Amino acid sequence: MEQLTVWQFSAAAFAGSIAAGLLGALTGLGGGIVVIPMLTLLFGVDIRYAAGAALISVIATSSGAASSYVKDGYSNLRVGMFLEIATTCGAVIGALLTALLAASAIAIIFGVVLLASAALSFRRRREPDPREPPDPIAVRMRLDSDYPTPQGRVAYHVHGVPAAFGLMFVAGALSGLLGIGSGAVKVLALDWAMRLPFKVSTTTSNFMIGVTAAASAGVYLNRGYIEPGLAMPVMLGVLAGSMLGAQLLVRVQSSALRIVFAIAIALLGVQMIYGGLRGTP
Amino acid sequence: MSAGRPGWSDQQVEQAVGNLLRIGLLIATVVVIVGAVIYLVRHGGEPPEYRIFHGVPPDLRGLTAIAELAADWRGRGIIQLGLLILLATPVARVAFSIVAFALQRDRLYVAITLIVLAVLLYSMVGGYV
Repeated sequence: MEQLTVWQFSAAAFAGSIAAGLLGALTGLGGGIVVIPMLTLLFGVDIRYAAGAALISVIATSSGAASSYVKDGYSNLRVGMFLEIATTCGAVIGALLTALLAASAIAIIFGVVLLASAALSFRRRREPDPREPPDPIAVRMRLDSDYPTPQGRVAYHVHGVPAAFGLMFVAGALSGLLGIGSGAVKVLALDWAMRLPFKVSTTTSNFMIGVTAAASAGVYLNRGYIEPGLAMPVMLGVLAGSMLGAQLLVRVQSSALRIVFAIAIALLGVQMIYGGLRGTP
Repeated sequence: MSAGRPGWSDQQVEQAVGNLLRIGLLIATVVVIVGAVIYLVRHGGEPPEYRIFHGVPPDLRGLTAIAELAADWRGRGIIQLGLLILLATPVARVAFSIVAFALQRDRLYVAITLIVLAVLLYSMVGGYV
């Protein structure tokens, strides 16, 4: 990678980012978490520049995906906005922390998050029981809502508000610290803690990712982490790859494929931890 | 939930928000591509340096500085302007939600959304504690 010109580097980063966006969409983990190890391990990019470029691609992917399904009436705007207090505060704090940590420490944390995300993607979800009483906080905050099904709109209750709020703060902090969307932690908060119906939790999570990433991106921009020459091919590539991945997901629903991808992501996590421990992320 | 409340329904709000995000993304992408063409034509043969972190120069960090660079038809400035537009779309979404909740006379969520907007603006403006 020594003598690449800007042209060659941009073309290679663009191609790699398409692959990362595709992989991110097919595993449901998001493009940001895949593109960062690619940039640091394959291209030798500093992890802060990689995080800046990835965060930009996270905002682009979130806006692109949200615009297509937000119209179906699945996402819960009140849940999203209420929890965004936690994610944006966490994001700003996480982004400010990057200045205090060594690049190798960030790489190790990143590797651990990659491993955890890969493990979480195997988690079996349980469908919520509509007879369970709602969380009193959810009632007071008017979070309960309904969503469209083939049988018409079905009402659902929202549970575990404090646990979800806490998890969302962590999701925001990781987003700001690492430049990722933290989709895995957000979905955990929404469907494990709040027990929202599956489609509601995935769409609401994606909806929140853009706002959370914007909160970190402001700090990144002011700190000089967003390098336009790098962010350009990464944003365009991840956006194209994840849109392609979303199209493919409609047709391919292979769980074997998901397992292969999750293992690949876990291996990237191990590599990031190893690189971080050696001090050459 | 908002049936019987004045103003827009939740569904109408979500539809408008979806359009807002799509238009913002489209404009940002076009601006980034224009900047990319100029940057690659002028500087495509130079070696990139992203291995060691220096932080991008100050004129690629602030709003007015980026706008000045872009007005000068500098490739990196135009790309950064496109990224700023992209960054502004979720912020616009939050600002728009304040209006939507206000039209629904939902004071609690106007307040919640104002807090989120304040955190976003704090992040953009800088000068951190």
